[in-house]
Amino acid sequence: MEIGLGHYLAVAACLFTLGIFGIFLNRKNVIIILMSVELMLLAVNINLVAFSSYLGNLTGQVFALFVLTVAAAEAAIGLAIVVVYFRNRGTIAVEDINLMKG
Amino acid sequence: MGLTAVFFYLFAAVTVMSGLLVIVARNPVHAVLWLILAFFNAAGLFVLLGAEFLAMILVVVYVGAVAVLFLFVVMMLDVDFASLRAGFIRHASVGALVGLVLLVELIMVLTSRLIGGASIVATKAAQVPQTVPNLTNTEAIGRLLYTQYVYFFQAAGLILLVAMIGAIVLTLRHKEGVRRQSVSVQNARTPAMAVEVVKLAPGQVIVPSGERRA
Repeated sequence: MEIGLGHYLAVAACLFTLGIFGIFLNRKNVIIILMSVELMLLAVNINLVAFSSYLGNLTGQVFALFVLTVAAAEAAIGLAIVVVYFRNRGTIAVEDINLMKG
Repeated sequence: MGLTAVFFYLFAAVTVMSGLLVIVARNPVHAVLWLILAFFNAAGLFVLLGAEFLAMILVVVYVGAVAVLFLFVVMMLDVDFASLRAGFIRHASVGALVGLVLLVELIMVLTSRLIGGASIVATKAAQVPQTVPNLTNTEAIGRLLYTQYVYFFQAAGLILLVAMIGAIVLTLRHKEGVRRQSVSVQNARTPAMAVEVVKLAPGQVIVPSGERRA
């Protein structure tokens, strides 16, 4: 059986759904939420690379590279914020993060 | 079923399973380790797709940097993770509903037909030939990245710089009461500041200046 574009898209769809599900499931733990966001970005990257490969156009891979860059920056900043918040308040429960009444 | 198909199903199954275990793992350290496994298998999928460069970048950047960063943070923070799992089941129903809706939508998109009548699923590999033959994937990406997308490349570097400075500024902390070397103060020190000349009468006892002031 030939592995088509749809197979890769299905894997990416499963991963993306798992990321969404993870955000709802671990609503209190901001670290797991960040990990779920990473999963979703990975799914996006799989989509981009699959389309790039099957359409014979490298632009998708270049774009996936930029997505990777932004994901790394986001993880670094997010974890820095978590560390600073924990240092100041002693907790990382999402419900307690309401200082700005958002 | 060819070898490619076997490896595709292997990588895909392990990726999705470890993705599931990331979000249901009890211990966040285990979640990070499952995340690393998911990244490794996604890199395998990339290799199958012919994107070797991105596969290597995924291993180096995600597994080598981001996942280890997560691991450090999880291990450094002294958080009671069990209390954070309260309401897990309550949230699970809502999450499952949203996830199910999303999955159904995505499957509907996958099984739908393109405008031309061709199914996305049926798209065959590389309908358009590679622009330059016998060029490795890394070389081809480099040629594209450093010519057509060079400004975007610079912008990506700028984003990383901002992220680096931001993370350092956020987490840098000056502790009170820590003695640090100050070179400028040391260099500006003169004999007049450092030496005290005391006239002594015969038989007088010398008391150090600190104690005399007290």
